[in-house]
Amino acid sequence: MAETPLAPKGPLAARRVLQLPLVDGFLWVVRISAVVVIVVGAYNSLTSGRLSGQQWRDLIVFGIAQGSIYGLIALGYSMVYGVLRFINFAHGEVFMIGAMTGYYVSSALSGTALWRSAPFAGLFVVLLCCMTMSALVALGLERIAYRPLRGKPRLIPFITAIGASFFLQYTVATLFGVDVKAYPAVPVLDGSISVGGFRILRVHLLVIVAAVVMMIALYFYIEKTRAGRAMRAVAEDQETARLMGIDVDRTIARVFAVGGAMAGAAGLLFGLVFQNVNFFSGFLPGIKAFTSAVLGGIGNILGAMVGGLTLGSVESLGPSLVLSGLDIPAAHQLKDVVAFSALVLVLIFRPTGILGERVGGERG
Amino acid sequence: MSGHRSLVAPAVISVIALIAAACAPDDEEAAPEEFSPGPLGAVTVAPDDPIMIGVIQAISGDTASLGVDQVRAIDLAIADRGGELLGHPVETQVEDDACLAEGGTTAAQALVANPQVMGVLGTSCSGAAVPAMEILAETGIATISGSNTSPALTSDLEGTQGAANQPGYFRTSHNDVVQGQAAAEFAFTELGAQRAATIHDGDPYTEGLATAFGTSFTELGGEVVLATAISKGDTDMRPVLTEVAAATPDIVFFPIFQPEADFIVQQAKDFPALAETQKMMGADGLLSDTFVVIPQTEGMYFSGPATPTGSAYEDFVAAYQAEFGEAPIQAFHAHSYDAANMLMDAVEEVAVEEDDGTLQIDRQALMDQLYATEDFEGLTGTLTCDEFGDCADPKIDIVQNTAEQQTIDQVRGNVLFTFEPGE
Amino acid sequence: MADQIVPTDAPVGAGAGLLPAQGVSARRAVTLGLVAGVVAVFVSANGMVSEFAERDVIAELSLGVLWVLMIPLIVGSLAGQAPAVLQGFAAPRPGWRNPAGGALAGLLAAVVMAAFILLIDAVNVRDVLINVRPDLVETEPRLLTFGQGVGAGVALVLAVYAALGALGGALHLLPDRWRRAVVAGVVWLIVMGVLSSLVSQVLRGIQSTTNIWTAPLADALYQGGALTAPAAAVVFVVGAGLYLLLTRPRRTPARVRVRRLPDRSQRIVRVATLAVALLLLGLLPQVLGPFLSDVLNFAGIFLLMALGLNIVVGFAGLLDLGYVAFFAVGAYTAAVLTSPQSSLGVGWIFWAAIPFVVLAAAVAGLLVGTPVLRMRGDYLAIVTLGFGEIARLLFLSDWLKPIFGGAQGIIRVGDVPLAPGVEAGGAQPRLFFYVVFTFVLLAAYISYALQDSRIGRAWMAMREDELVAETMGVNIVAAKLWAFVIGAILAGFGGALFAAKVGSVFPHSFEVIVSITVLVLIIVGGIASVPGVVVGALILVGLPEILREFEEYRFLLYGALLIFMMVRRPEGFIPNTRRVTELHEQELQQDAWLRAKETE
Repeated sequence: MAETPLAPKGPLAARRVLQLPLVDGFLWVVRISAVVVIVVGAYNSLTSGRLSGQQWRDLIVFGIAQGSIYGLIALGYSMVYGVLRFINFAHGEVFMIGAMTGYYVSSALSGTALWRSAPFAGLFVVLLCCMTMSALVALGLERIAYRPLRGKPRLIPFITAIGASFFLQYTVATLFGVDVKAYPAVPVLDGSISVGGFRILRVHLLVIVAAVVMMIALYFYIEKTRAGRAMRAVAEDQETARLMGIDVDRTIARVFAVGGAMAGAAGLLFGLVFQNVNFFSGFLPGIKAFTSAVLGGIGNILGAMVGGLTLGSVESLGPSLVLSGLDIPAAHQLKDVVAFSALVLVLIFRPTGILGERVGGERG
Repeated sequence: MSGHRSLVAPAVISVIALIAAACAPDDEEAAPEEFSPGPLGAVTVAPDDPIMIGVIQAISGDTASLGVDQVRAIDLAIADRGGELLGHPVETQVEDDACLAEGGTTAAQALVANPQVMGVLGTSCSGAAVPAMEILAETGIATISGSNTSPALTSDLEGTQGAANQPGYFRTSHNDVVQGQAAAEFAFTELGAQRAATIHDGDPYTEGLATAFGTSFTELGGEVVLATAISKGDTDMRPVLTEVAAATPDIVFFPIFQPEADFIVQQAKDFPALAETQKMMGADGLLSDTFVVIPQTEGMYFSGPATPTGSAYEDFVAAYQAEFGEAPIQAFHAHSYDAANMLMDAVEEVAVEEDDGTLQIDRQALMDQLYATEDFEGLTGTLTCDEFGDCADPKIDIVQNTAEQQTIDQVRGNVLFTFEPGE
Repeated sequence: MADQIVPTDAPVGAGAGLLPAQGVSARRAVTLGLVAGVVAVFVSANGMVSEFAERDVIAELSLGVLWVLMIPLIVGSLAGQAPAVLQGFAAPRPGWRNPAGGALAGLLAAVVMAAFILLIDAVNVRDVLINVRPDLVETEPRLLTFGQGVGAGVALVLAVYAALGALGGALHLLPDRWRRAVVAGVVWLIVMGVLSSLVSQVLRGIQSTTNIWTAPLADALYQGGALTAPAAAVVFVVGAGLYLLLTRPRRTPARVRVRRLPDRSQRIVRVATLAVALLLLGLLPQVLGPFLSDVLNFAGIFLLMALGLNIVVGFAGLLDLGYVAFFAVGAYTAAVLTSPQSSLGVGWIFWAAIPFVVLAAAVAGLLVGTPVLRMRGDYLAIVTLGFGEIARLLFLSDWLKPIFGGAQGIIRVGDVPLAPGVEAGGAQPRLFFYVVFTFVLLAAYISYALQDSRIGRAWMAMREDELVAETMGVNIVAAKLWAFVIGAILAGFGGALFAAKVGSVFPHSFEVIVSITVLVLIIVGGIASVPGVVVGALILVGLPEILREFEEYRFLLYGALLIFMMVRRPEGFIPNTRRVTELHEQELQQDAWLRAKETE
């Protein structure tokens, strides 16, 4: 990695160059063929007239909406990774619990006058419940499963996280049942509006706006507040932060709580967009969100959002634009192939993600 | 140290060779004089010992209801005979396959480990049946499924043996080819659809059915304008629906499961070209209470095995309700009830009772008897087995969910079209 | 842990100047009691009590009720335990405080449970908590209130939990070794009760293959799947007795005695032990019968993969979450080449396909390995996970259906020919065991051989610090690619065996969860430790197969156990010594110091 300050120089670097021509050659072949495939596929698709201009624009909007949800979940991964440098595999479950909470609270509220007369106020109440619940679960996870393992090799909390992921999934499954829970209808979110030639579903608009607002709020929280500064200090160097009088335990707990709250909000938005949730709803979005975090540059708040949007758009557009253009049947079945190939390609071009990583301190 | 290690490999190999040599397959047990078992051996049931029937169904996981429903039907079939056959009590050994290929292997293994198992009822899913049959056929255990539908297990109904067909395999459920024909026939002739789109989810069942539909629809003269697929776990169906809408189909056939189908119908309402729900058609996997209550399924069509009619079936449902506290929960209970009765009837035919009350059930004779099944009167119709083990009297209903139907039973009752092959 | 260092029954307060250590803490008992109450409510509300109310374990005691009763017992034992004694402090003398602490914790757990009982009696919570069934409190058998009405039930719950808590706490009145013996006896009881069908199967299997009359033993032990009361007493005594027997004081461990022998004899002992172990393993399928052999084969295939992944993750430190890709490549290569029904339709024999499995897996290893050469730890994780999904989706896709069969997979995969006329496949699990066994031994041999080889040392140097390793002259590119390729080949073998065993290959067998299971079992077993991986595979793959009757609770327990295991024993069951040094350097130093003191 050229970015690392300890990058080899002099004779060592020279030997490295000698080692790599085969590998580099191979990677160049991958890069060039990827570009060729994308260009040919896109050219074929766009000139075939299979989809209208309106439909292409729709696909972009769908991608951005989906990507906003990925981005919100990715924030939690990214923040935890930035501070503790391990993959909180159970974060997808924290998101799912947010979506589940949203189902129960909104079902309870859906008969009330509040829901009819002031739907957005009602949704705000639900949002607060989702964020609180997810934040509490994230805090509990940190306390029980991760704190005792701080300082151990990173694979170990990772395995605990896998265990926690199973545990939370099946806790929800056995307590509340495995069936799909259908969100109540929110009439105010039905229908769509047009913005500059783009047709946007109201619910998608809500998702995109909510994601942007939360992103900005989080950015200011981390960059401008005392608590945010403590987080950055702990991310940089725990020991020094401790010496500077920062309560490291509390700061780390706060990171989990904030990340969990973001996932809870994402859970509610997921529920509003897709209207259904079950105990397994967190697994795939969790993996996608982690992919987004890496894609954008892990540890980087803005990167999580950029990664999410990129991944959402690639998933939505890729199969129609590239694969169908190459006459590959059932292109949407290969949506995740496109998504993960995009990840590999981005990392081949930019090894630390689109915006670069922001992880302080010593590694390993 | 290294010298010691180099000894390991040859030592290991020689030990294994020794063991392998010592473990040639077990000799067959000596047969009693008066009864000589056929090439596959026989099951000997001592006086007062139970007759064991193996059951392989999916009773855990996503598809648990499919298996539980059939296990209950099998229990009822046995109870209807007073729990006895030829003076011996009948017992079942139920193994769960979770609808997985690996599960099928393990479950079959657990059954062949019990030499008293004379026949097997199952499996729930075709994917589990393929590996399970390799093991069961090896031991010569006759197997009847009440819900496998893959053509590979029997034949394409035109005389070509299926790739996974094994001797001793039977089923009372329909062949996917029939359901594909039924759905295509309805869409093309009754609805007048010319352009069809199909969506499957990568499950062998849904992929097979979507393909069978496409083949029949093309044969009838229609055009499959888009054959696409989604993945299990997908939630955002809007991109794929954009493609479907762009293909302007007259009918969209998506024989998939919940929750993916929920997302499809709910998100389709935002596409003007797909907003008419009369363009949407699912299959038996979606005939469930939680699916038909979704407002956007109103007007949708479903294909599925016909709900049996007649007083015998009504009695069965009454008994089911009395015993288990709810109405049958899936579409294949009657098929498994028939399967159980076919097996027990065949045993009654071929079992040889010795003087001391010992029962001998010859495995080959049992299979032959089942292959010879003709005009067996069951709940699902009149069953006759062909040489590949397809025994069903396949009737496929196309039903519609309209504003009048509230429950799944009412939807099942709203039959617009019944398809029987050869008519 | 710490109480092993300073036994609690050591002479107490003898040394002058030792400060008295803190005894049983009431505060701790309160916290533990409340937590235990929540856990008890949790297992009641999630249906574990009702679901297993019919499953008798020991005489009339059902597993459902056992869950609830174990909780106050365990928490009583935890709460009644004096905290670890630091060096330089005198351990407190056991006394009334131990059972009292336990009783307090039990009582508090009961209070939480009583609140839950009153709640579900007063309010219908079933609309939300679907598994709160009426048989818990309202209708017979009233599992939570032990058959009583609410009023009497709550009183009974308080009394029973407190009594069990006190009993748990009272265990600490026993000398350390005896307490452990009692615990061992109880563990034996529960294990024998829960695994009743497994134990009877083994006993019957032994009789049918060896003609030793073991089947009557099974009948004597179990009735309707539960241990009979007299059998339970015997099992408890045997379990406790075995523990006492094995921990006899002043008994020199076998290992030490062997070490005292001359070199030559040592080698003979080792070879003989190995031979006996192999012979016993060889006899295993004959004893276990076809069903358990099948489970063992399944575990063996995972073990093969685990040994391969151990090279990638354990030795080389490359976190690969897409290991299933190589498993799938091996399975599909074998299937395409050996099935007469596949796209190639050549129908070769298994052994002829093996070189191509190696080739295909190696190529896959290079394809995955090259792009990730420059990626660090966690980037590697997600990218490899992506490769795993890409592989599965391509095998599943309609696009490649003409080659790989799409959703319908490939069926009629060939069996493994062992001798003319003798073939081992899924239908012959006992024969197939030897095939799996051979491959596992091969993989274990490769692992051991590589561990101490030049490339093995290069991997370990790279694992510790890539930059330093490179500076020291390790060829990082070659080392990484070799790890990927060797790991891929072992997984490819696993895949080929899996295809032959199941007899068909479906894309659904290659989900992410396979990669995760394999990773979990090498870490739980003890990363970079070959014996640890073996134990991990047997426990984590074999056990869930055997515990099928637990259905969805299986995963709940699995998750909880993973957390518990990692928090309590992060180095795994059988740790690699080199790795432990990194983890527990301080503790080891302390142990060494104590051992030195002992020998003085």
